[in-house]
Amino acid sequence: MRPFVYEQPADISAAVAIASRFTTSDDQPTRANAQFIAGGTNLADYMKLGVAEPNRLLDLNRLKESGLRQIRVTDDGIRFGALVRMGEAADHREVKERYPVIADSLRLAASGQIRNMASLAGNILQRTRCEYFRETSWQCNKRVPGSGCAAMEGFNRQHAVLGDSDACIATYHGDFAQALIALDAVVHAEGSRGARKIPFAKLHRQPGDTPHIETDLAADEIITAIEVPAMPWARRSLYLKIRDRESYAFALASAAVALDLDGETVREARIALGGVATVPWRAGAAEQSLQGKKLDETSAEAAADAAFAQAQPRQHNAFKIELGKRTLVRALLETRDMKV
Amino acid sequence: MDAAAPRPKENMGEPLPRVDARLKVTGQAHYPADLPTANIAYGALATSSIAKGKVTKLRLDDVRAVPGLLDIVTYGDMDKVDKPKFGNSGATSIGPLHDRRIFHDGQIVALAVAETFEAAEEAARLIRAEYEEEKPTATFDSPGTATIPAAGKSPLFKEDVKAGDFDAAYADAAVKIDQRYSTPTQHHNPIELFSTTAFWEGDQLTVHEPSQNVTGWKVELARQLKIDPAKVRIVSPFIGGAFGSKGPMTPRTAIVAVAAKRLGRPVRCVTSRMQAFGTQTYRAETRHRIRIGAGKDGRISAFAHEGWEVTSRPDAYVVGGTSATGRMYDYGSVLTHVSLVQTDRNTPGYMRSPPETPYVYALENAMDEMAVALGMDPVEFRRINEPKVEPIGKKPFSSRSLIQCYDQAAEAFGWADRDPKVGAMRDGDWLVGMGCATAIYPTAVAPCAARVRLTVDGDVRLQCGSHEIGTGVRTVAGQMASERLGVSIDKISVEMGDSSLPPAPVSGGSISTASVCSAVLMACDAIRTKLYAAATAEGGPLVGSHNEELELAGGKIVAKSGASAKVGDVLKAMQVGAIEEYAEFAPKNATPEALKKLYAGTPEFHGADQDEDSVKYAFGAEFVEVRINRFTREIRVPRIVGAFAAGRIMNTRTARSQLMGGMIWGIGQALHEATEVDRRYARYVNRDLQDYLVPVNADIKDLQVILVPEVDHAVNPAGAKGLGELGNVGTAAAVASAVYHATGKRIRDLPIRIEQLLV
Ligand SMILES: Cc1cc2nc3c(=O)[nH]c(=O)nc-3n(C[C@H](O)[C@H](O)[C@H](O)COP(=O)(O)OP(=O)(O)OC[C@H]3O[C@@H](n4cnc5c(N)ncnc54)[C@H](O)[C@@H]3O)c2cc1C
Ligand code: SF4
Repeated sequence: MRPFVYEQPADISAAVAIASRFTTSDDQPTRANAQFIAGGTNLADYMKLGVAEPNRLLDLNRLKESGLRQIRVTDDGIRFGALVRMGEAADHREVKERYPVIADSLRLAASGQIRNMASLAGNILQRTRCEYFRETSWQCNKRVPGSGCAAMEGFNRQHAVLGDSDACIATYHGDFAQALIALDAVVHAEGSRGARKIPFAKLHRQPGDTPHIETDLAADEIITAIEVPAMPWARRSLYLKIRDRESYAFALASAAVALDLDGETVREARIALGGVATVPWRAGAAEQSLQGKKLDETSAEAAADAAFAQAQPRQHNAFKIELGKRTLVRALLETRDMKV
Repeated sequence: MDAAAPRPKENMGEPLPRVDARLKVTGQAHYPADLPTANIAYGALATSSIAKGKVTKLRLDDVRAVPGLLDIVTYGDMDKVDKPKFGNSGATSIGPLHDRRIFHDGQIVALAVAETFEAAEEAARLIRAEYEEEKPTATFDSPGTATIPAAGKSPLFKEDVKAGDFDAAYADAAVKIDQRYSTPTQHHNPIELFSTTAFWEGDQLTVHEPSQNVTGWKVELARQLKIDPAKVRIVSPFIGGAFGSKGPMTPRTAIVAVAAKRLGRPVRCVTSRMQAFGTQTYRAETRHRIRIGAGKDGRISAFAHEGWEVTSRPDAYVVGGTSATGRMYDYGSVLTHVSLVQTDRNTPGYMRSPPETPYVYALENAMDEMAVALGMDPVEFRRINEPKVEPIGKKPFSSRSLIQCYDQAAEAFGWADRDPKVGAMRDGDWLVGMGCATAIYPTAVAPCAARVRLTVDGDVRLQCGSHEIGTGVRTVAGQMASERLGVSIDKISVEMGDSSLPPAPVSGGSISTASVCSAVLMACDAIRTKLYAAATAEGGPLVGSHNEELELAGGKIVAKSGASAKVGDVLKAMQVGAIEEYAEFAPKNATPEALKKLYAGTPEFHGADQDEDSVKYAFGAEFVEVRINRFTREIRVPRIVGAFAAGRIMNTRTARSQLMGGMIWGIGQALHEATEVDRRYARYVNRDLQDYLVPVNADIKDLQVILVPEVDHAVNPAGAKGLGELGNVGTAAAVASAVYHATGKRIRDLPIRIEQLLV
């Protein structure tokens, strides 16, 4: 393991100050000399593997702002502090009641130990698990820009069929993000250029020609909170995650669904898809296709077809198109049948 | 008694808790890399990122700048020692630092040694090899494979078994199938990482390393280092999962020993999980073609099993399970052939039930297909083809309780409630399927030595160079001594896992319980004989009693008449502080060299299909229920029941635990486990536990193990058949059978994954 400097800034402004001293405005957060660490379940792992190589770690866990550790439920919605642990949010009574899709997405992620350690901000910023990315002896455009993509013609069963490019097909594996993007969440960030709000859908970047650019964040920007607007009908929502084993595995395909129903007719649908795309994936076309329709297996299938109309299969992941569609159909029907 | 400690039935021992259970669950058990060693330096491996070619240059400039770096062991530095040998004690003949040629992905190119683990890792990471690359051959169907017959390539696989005229019988059969099956590469992935710690005291070398074969390693390591085996000691008190991976020694051991010698300091090298994929052995991927022909009455007249197995270029590792599949049922005629397919991969090796897991999977999946073709209940189909003698040599089975296993498991499972129609059983959106398959494992035994000492205070010290790989052998060996000497288990200390102890065979092939217990039995009986002689001698407390009338119980010699004498008093009267006996057990059919070979680390195996009088196998039957979602097709296993008969069950708790672990592993083999090979580069892709999936707790729901009573005096003096490798045989076929029942889809390639059921 490479040697690095470890610091524990006392508050947000100190953390931003150190970060901006050791990074430039062109630096990508994941490639910068100084990087933030929260639970470390993603970053420490990647440092051991030689995938992430910061010289300086800024530990956020001692930041004194208490809001970073709080979940606040108001009439306007819900606000998660960035350092809230996955496990806390998953077990939170009001989260479970008002936004089952959020609680489910967290409960079905990782393992109990990891959920106790991992922060919500770290979770949404987790990096891909592409095998060729994780192991430094392979070619990888995301890790070493311009070096090629070993996964493209390699073993790509877990790779993305949506939002991919000729440079990178790595899946975004997180679950929580699918709930957030479906519910129009907003991310609060603070950096040397001030505080700002980022619509969740703008946070992650599709790979395009620059797969090493993963988010909209600057290297000295700290996520401080995640806000989800109030949405009374989100009580009818769920997260369905399909995987090779019953627990402790990433999604082969998943769906975050929230439905506003008038009897069996869809007033509004919110749909996001996990395990199949390079970034958190809002399925707008599927939502539109359901609007004003009676929700049954036929209309659900039509929505699923719309969601995957642009999907691009590779050698080992072609099944994800069919699986993704079926996952969405099942999720829609199960959400419809929820007793709320 | 609870499920974990089943009430012993006939010919079963008490469910004593493991003697080391508390140590293990409280973190006090010291595994080899935990053994405190003073002044230690750390080693880390650098491994190749290509599978075929030559290392032209190692760039070490950056490496030398790493603070704390002490040494780099690489090409040239092993020239004074001999290359490894492939065999029982050696994983491969490739001497990675003897030769700049690269034979496989992840081959060792150097060992960096430093003051700290972190510095060693950093140095190893910075070692940059330059290669002259060649196009490697990854696996079956890759360009550049060479296919050779397996028979005779390994001492464990002498011939392709056959019987009768298969071709004629198959041509005449009224109902027949001809199908192909496959199983993937699998890596053992024990939770304890692989490690070697080596230190020299003068010319005496000690190695701490998890090992299933301390005696074999001692001899092989001494041969490589060209020193006297008496100067080598291998210590492996606890092993955190082995499954065959710690059976043969890998080239790392000698490299670390050389590093320790150069440095004059202990060196410890723990390999990363990723590196283990290339530096250790693995289960070879296999392919099978099976043909079965039967009459309309379901009687099999023709059975052919052809197998193909991946191996490395230099070493002919043979999986070869046809010896068992060819003897499983009353076939009429049998034809088998096994081929090795040479590729640019590391050498495969033993992995829990090495031959049976893939071969019996193929056979049992085919049996299920055949039952479907016949329109017959799969249990009934097996019953009809139950043999009186095995079909190859026409020898009887020393004991065979397969049908009892089927009956008891079927009853507990509720097989009678199964609607045989495909797709007929449903629970809401879930398709329900039920299937079954046979488990079989050969019963072998090997020579073994043990030393037992009984002191005047009634303490017993038992020493045997076997290995506690998690099976509970320490406990059952202690239990054997406890029964024979009438001493409670807490008065017995059991020492194992050290090559300075009396030699035991490799802990493989499920022979340990039988071999070790037979030796312990001999030693204990010799102690009894001495005690009885003293007690019944003129002037002794039990004078006049005959040995047959005496028992040892509760620290006393008890006569039928009711008279008794304290063992301690007898020893005092003998004017000794202890009786110590060293026993050398050799199986009935052992050759005159058998004991010599035990000490040389190359023990003979007897039993299984090798004996003249009978063939010896343990059997079981497993029943599985699967549920498959009608939309998304994920497969879940809510229930599994296995019934097993394996001669004397020494301890019902440890036996159940082994069988349970096997069945869980079998579910993993059916649904999860596979090492993915990038065919372009012949490199492993999913080299960690994130992507190499094994079942987690949530995957295992209702699991039931039934121990079926069986008595078999022919197998060995202890009367025990090994069962450590029985439980995971057949499971995958039972799952495939259940998946077929639920969906009508016959999956022949493991693991069974969602994508195979979506189409
Ligand atoms: C074996 C395993 C299985 C897993 N399974 C799942 C799963 O099924 N589903 C799932 O969703 N996830 C899964 N995960 C991922 C896990 O959820 C993430 O590792 C975790 O959420 C990351 O949170 P952390 O606080 O540990 O982040 P860290 O590792 O500390 O940080 C991750 C990244 O976020 C950055 N960062 C952290 N906090 C901030 C902040 N406040 N502002 C700016 N940048 C920040 C860091 O610089 C780093 O780049 C799994 C992980 C493992 C190891
Ligand atoms: S898919 Fe993306 S992350 Fe994976 S190897 Fe290709 S470029 Fe790298």
